[in-house]
Amino acid sequence: MVGKRACETPGKRARSLHSVPLICETPSIKERTSNDLWQLNGVGFKYGRQPVLQELSFEFSRGRCYGVLGPNGSGKTTLLDLLAGILVPQHGRIIFGGRPLTSWRPVDLAQRVALVPQDFAVRFDFSVRSVVEMGRHPHLGRFAALEDHDYRLVDSVMAELGIDALADRPVTRLSGGEKQRVAVARALAQEPQVLLLDEATSNLDIFHTLSILGAIRRRVREKGLTVIAALHDLNQASFFCDWLLFLKQGRMVCRGEIDEVLRPDVISDVYGVQAQVVYNNFSGCRQVSFRSPVDGR
Amino acid sequence: MRRRQGSFLVGVVLLALLIVVMMISATMGYMKIPVAKIISVLAHYAAGLGLNADPVVEGIVVDVRLPRIIGAAFVGGALAVSGAVFQAILRNPLADPYTLGISSGAAFGASLVIVLQVFGLVLPAGISIPMFAFAGSIGTLMVVLGLANGDRRLSSTNLILSGVIVAAILSAAIGFLKFLADEQVGIIIFWLMGSLSGISWTNIIILLPVTCFGVGICLLYSRELNIMATGERTAATLGINTTRLRLFLLLTCSLMTAVSVAVSGIIGFVGLIVPHLLRHIIGPDNRGLIIFSALGGAILLVVADTLTRAVLPSEVPIGVLTALIGGPVFCVIFKKRQHNGR
Repeated sequence: MVGKRACETPGKRARSLHSVPLICETPSIKERTSNDLWQLNGVGFKYGRQPVLQELSFEFSRGRCYGVLGPNGSGKTTLLDLLAGILVPQHGRIIFGGRPLTSWRPVDLAQRVALVPQDFAVRFDFSVRSVVEMGRHPHLGRFAALEDHDYRLVDSVMAELGIDALADRPVTRLSGGEKQRVAVARALAQEPQVLLLDEATSNLDIFHTLSILGAIRRRVREKGLTVIAALHDLNQASFFCDWLLFLKQGRMVCRGEIDEVLRPDVISDVYGVQAQVVYNNFSGCRQVSFRSPVDGR
Repeated sequence: MRRRQGSFLVGVVLLALLIVVMMISATMGYMKIPVAKIISVLAHYAAGLGLNADPVVEGIVVDVRLPRIIGAAFVGGALAVSGAVFQAILRNPLADPYTLGISSGAAFGASLVIVLQVFGLVLPAGISIPMFAFAGSIGTLMVVLGLANGDRRLSSTNLILSGVIVAAILSAAIGFLKFLADEQVGIIIFWLMGSLSGISWTNIIILLPVTCFGVGICLLYSRELNIMATGERTAATLGINTTRLRLFLLLTCSLMTAVSVAVSGIIGFVGLIVPHLLRHIIGPDNRGLIIFSALGGAILLVVADTLTRAVLPSEVPIGVLTALIGGPVFCVIFKKRQHNGR
């Protein structure tokens, strides 16, 4: 297996913190041909004249959990929109599943890729169940109705996310955390191969954050789901992701496996803050702590 | 499942109500005609027997009242469905052809034809008024969308504001047309106030296919309309081409609105109130909402038209009546939305 270089002891990881150069490209040529979902080649995107993303060239492989990190305005959301085919890059090209992303029919893409937005706001009083059922839309013909296995799937996804008791409640009357769980359930009901999370848990308390991320991790492990998550919280990323990709001002700064790129020098370069990265036995992953850049405290 | 049965029941009730209302409306007017007589007239007419004892009654029912009642039903249905679809697609319960200025645009187009005819331009009236009304409504739709999409999201505030701005300009333009029309100004005022008194079987021939086509198209895309409620990004990742869907359905509904305005003038608030009330009763699912809005709009307009035609001492323009009822309802909706913080 390629990409398993980090299966080492914590001590060894700590020693390697500064040993890898800042611009790092870890995936091998072999992976690039076999297991890629997306290949980005010189991708750039502008809103009007404002460049948001520039010269992005890398690939996302199947069955991994990626974290996209970077300061506000670094282009994380735009990157997800490009991957989902919602936006089309002005420069470069994106290959998905072996052919250009633009050549995919929206419905075919929707059978493979689902997105959970940050603020899932539904207009009109649709019930929780009917919103989750909307996730089945790409799999239904124009005149087809939901069948038994669709209903079973919707029920099991709602139970998994703990919203089965809310099934008949109007989604407009839910709390922020409940709404976000509905958004995730809706995306999982889509039975995607890839889940794009756009800061999907940033408004949630720690319990619901961990339970949602846990449900998603389980699918990564058991069903080979690929996840690409735009995140703000470095510790959450460390807990949740296998691979990280750092963006700064629309350019990729660094990417690689967690243990190789979650380093103080990378964090300092990307966010401009001093950080310490230590392996934490309790959480079983690296944890980051910070020092204020202004007064040195 | 329970909701589906409930919806079916509401549908049956509305359909029955529509038929009853149309029958009662046919009996009312200057000459009171009992229901039994109307049924016998219709039966004779439908069977082509032509043996009716009373040609005067047959003339009143078949040539005067029926086209007007059926026309009212189609116009009401078309406006209510347009409203329901506008609301779903713009994610805004305050959108309808009237608040977005589409009706005003259609009225401007119709007024323009009338003025051109006053100046001696010869156009086939039956076709040219709907054509100009459609062109006017589409033009207005484009301007409103163009004005509102500054932030690329077509937010509700932007759309309503744009609609108000464009409608204000159009009302000035229509004022100018009235000025140009001089002695023929009465015909234009007819469009502005809205009236179903001029409807003939010829109008029905245009109304019927356009309304059925439009409602059919909207029904076909009702599931997509539901998904639009979850926001543009989510809808796009569920396989919906949101831009194309929005454009296609706005055009379809503008066509329905334009044909309605061409035969009846501006009749406001039907598209706002009917879907809003029905959403409270059967829920927001557009699959049911579109059908029930068609029935509900038809009932509302047949009742309102019967009021102006047969109950009130003199014939009040129906657009005035619906605006007088609809305006306050609009205020209540607006106030309630503020309370809900939405």
